[in-house]
Amino acid sequence: MDTYNLLQHYWWFLISLLGGLLVFLLFVQGGQSLLFTLGKTEIQQKMMLNSTGRKWEFTFTTLVTFGGAFFASFPLFYSTSFGGAYWVWILILLCFVIQAVSYEYQAKKGNLLGKKTYRIFLWINGVLGSILLGTAVGTFFSGAEFIVNKGQITELAMPVISVWANPWHGLEAVLVVWNVILGLAVFFLARVLALLYFINNIEDADLIPRCRKRLIPEAALFLLFFLTFFVHLLLADGFAVNPDTGEVFMQPYKYFSNLMQMPVVLIVLLIGVCGVLFGIAKSILSSGWKAGIWFAGTGTVLTVMSLLLCAGWNNTAYYPSVADLQSSLTIGNSCSSLFTLKTMSYVSVFIPFVLAYIFYAWRSLDLRKIDSKEMEKSDQVY
Amino acid sequence: MIETIDTSLIDWSRAQFALTAMYHWLFVPLTLGLGVIQAVMETIYYKTGNEFWKRTARFWMKLFGINFAIGVATGLILEFEFGTNWSNYSWFVGDIFGAPLAIEGILAFFMEATFIAVMFFGWNKVSKGFHLASTWLTIIGATLSAYWILVANAWMQYPAGMAFNPDTVRNEMVDFWAVALSPVAINKFFHTVLSGWVLGSVFVLGVSSWYLLKKREVEFSLASIKTGAIFGLIASALIVWTGDGSAYQVAQKQPMKLAAMEGLYEGGNGIGLSGIGLLNPGKATYNDQADPFLFNIQIPGMLSFLAERDMNAYVPGIRNLIEGGYPTSGGTAALSANEKIARGKKAIKALSDYKTAVKAKDTEAAKLHRAALDENFDYFGYGYIRDVSELIPNVALTFYSFRVMVILGAYFILLFILALWFEHKDKIKDMRRLQRVCLWSIPLGYIAGQAGWIVAEVGRQPWAIQDILPAGAAISKLDTSSVQITFFLFLILFTLLLIAEIGIMLKAIKKGPEEITEN
Repeated sequence: MDTYNLLQHYWWFLISLLGGLLVFLLFVQGGQSLLFTLGKTEIQQKMMLNSTGRKWEFTFTTLVTFGGAFFASFPLFYSTSFGGAYWVWILILLCFVIQAVSYEYQAKKGNLLGKKTYRIFLWINGVLGSILLGTAVGTFFSGAEFIVNKGQITELAMPVISVWANPWHGLEAVLVVWNVILGLAVFFLARVLALLYFINNIEDADLIPRCRKRLIPEAALFLLFFLTFFVHLLLADGFAVNPDTGEVFMQPYKYFSNLMQMPVVLIVLLIGVCGVLFGIAKSILSSGWKAGIWFAGTGTVLTVMSLLLCAGWNNTAYYPSVADLQSSLTIGNSCSSLFTLKTMSYVSVFIPFVLAYIFYAWRSLDLRKIDSKEMEKSDQVY
Repeated sequence: MIETIDTSLIDWSRAQFALTAMYHWLFVPLTLGLGVIQAVMETIYYKTGNEFWKRTARFWMKLFGINFAIGVATGLILEFEFGTNWSNYSWFVGDIFGAPLAIEGILAFFMEATFIAVMFFGWNKVSKGFHLASTWLTIIGATLSAYWILVANAWMQYPAGMAFNPDTVRNEMVDFWAVALSPVAINKFFHTVLSGWVLGSVFVLGVSSWYLLKKREVEFSLASIKTGAIFGLIASALIVWTGDGSAYQVAQKQPMKLAAMEGLYEGGNGIGLSGIGLLNPGKATYNDQADPFLFNIQIPGMLSFLAERDMNAYVPGIRNLIEGGYPTSGGTAALSANEKIARGKKAIKALSDYKTAVKAKDTEAAKLHRAALDENFDYFGYGYIRDVSELIPNVALTFYSFRVMVILGAYFILLFILALWFEHKDKIKDMRRLQRVCLWSIPLGYIAGQAGWIVAEVGRQPWAIQDILPAGAAISKLDTSSVQITFFLFLILFTLLLIAEIGIMLKAIKKGPEEITEN
């Protein structure tokens, strides 16, 4: 593997890692979607809001960095997907925008729309944000309808190189059942992670037992949708790339083959799935155990990362075009130049340092758990 | 059928980006300015242990938080709009432009996001020292993020450190430091951040003056006025220096923008700087005989000096830039716009021919076309220009915005000096007129910032990337109606959120710096 090829794989690994972290941090969205279901009293809703509200910036920043890193390392994806699947991305952005102000504004006097409206905004973001993100990621496996022609830049009247092949501009993704199934799997996973985070972060004699109880149906629905998608993925034809010619072609059991041909990815995937299951199961069975979020969270990062590696590594087109197979995006044909990937790789050396200070600050804030007393007496709450 | 790009799509895409950027810039400068002021106040608390400074810092922090949330929201849209609305741009220069955005996320946003939670919720959970560090790291993160996005913006105004690759059909980075440390980027960063510091200071002065008018929180207000005025005066003094640097950079890299800023149609040697002027609305084209001004008071030779550091230097006007023929600094005669357009078309044709030759494996022909492309690439973007008039930005908007920015900048210097002087003489608490002036100066701080960005962004039209790619060729292929819908969606949403923000801010100010609840 030459340096350029290696860097393409390295950057796909970082994108996959960021994707995994993003899905883990969607516990914030999961918590928002449970706000009215679990929060029976104002104080309980306030505790839930403060628990996820002190972490929403991480989810938000990870999404922004995910976008920025994609832009820097695979700019053709950035231009093709964002410029083409316009509506699905705009809807996701709108969800995140209303979230950004809602925590801060919901309980403040003079907020124009009233507390309830901002909490409904959070609920909308919690439900739609995670389902739409999952649905959008589903197109990494099911494909999207676009055509890329770099030569178009020389056509003075219409120089746009990436065009969408239908007028729905991304909304058609919700008509593909497998995308929606993945979206629902992400949604229920976010809710499971939120429950585990509440168990870890809140001390309340009424709310926390209900969180544990709620884990059972949420985890069952997550497993139903995730396993359905996963089994389909293993059996599905995949978008393979001929490494010598760059030609994209359909290959039976491509994603299954990828896992077989990349045993390390398979092992990481299995560890991830086991982590998620262990975190959920022990939280249900042991009423005093609070560490489920760390097992399920780490498991989520590893599982999602492995699935994304499966989509982009081993000569696979990670953003396939079903309108024109040869327009499909691969880590080779959509990446930045060798110089830029190299430069950005030096920058990526800072990532462990960033993770370390996030861990330290997170731990410092979470050492003292959220309780009703803090909500009632402190002025440092949402 | 030949596909075309609807010009209304270009206009609506521009409008949407402008809308988002203008809303974003309502919130970011206050974050940058207020962030430093509150950090200074908390530092005083840390050093002295005086609870008064803790209470003062926490009050400004509360306003900071209300403002911060909406700045983050609009910023998200702005980043992704490069992809959603400017997809051709994203590919054509993504190799260079994406890097600062990714660095911004990795190195700046995470710092901001991590420590802001400690800053808001950690008063009773972490040590005093760690809290102070978190406050500073939050604002350092915000300032670093400003740096990287301004590097990206500066690169669009002055593309450096890159080379065009005809095989990938895009520009690629060849020198990271030329991008990250370009003189335009450095100057733009300081000028922009300092403008945020000025706004933060004006805001602190205004809000504190309101308390004095209401005869409330006198000690708090006087301390805040002193801190804000010192900080604002330092920032204003430095902004004069960076403003001069900006004008010089514009003259060197974007002479058409400079000509529009000055309403200068006819260039020459020893050109004066227009101090106060009224443009003639009857001037319809760059080469008609109408006088561009109804009246114009100039400072003789000053524009030449600002542009070239020589009172007698030549500065081209709009007509000269379009018609060419004037002497350049290299000693040659400048090309006319039509000549540049012809060379741009040659470059685009050469690229097309090169691709055909490569496909046909005709290496000799490919070499020839590549040479033609390299020879003409500096004018590549001109190939998309249909009429020379497209090369002239909106002169009136650029001209008046520039004056609004400069006049308000000078006004703030005077305001800070007066506030500081009368605070020092212990008179400001009784000067109701000055208090009212300070209060009503808050919107002026916002107007100055908006005017500055109008000069920078309207003045560089039609270019998405100076000389390389016009906005019309940088676009995403969407239905105009889709962009119209999202434009109005954003307009309604941002306006609602702005009204909510102002409402919350006013309530919080009316409540005042409450007593601190200690757990």
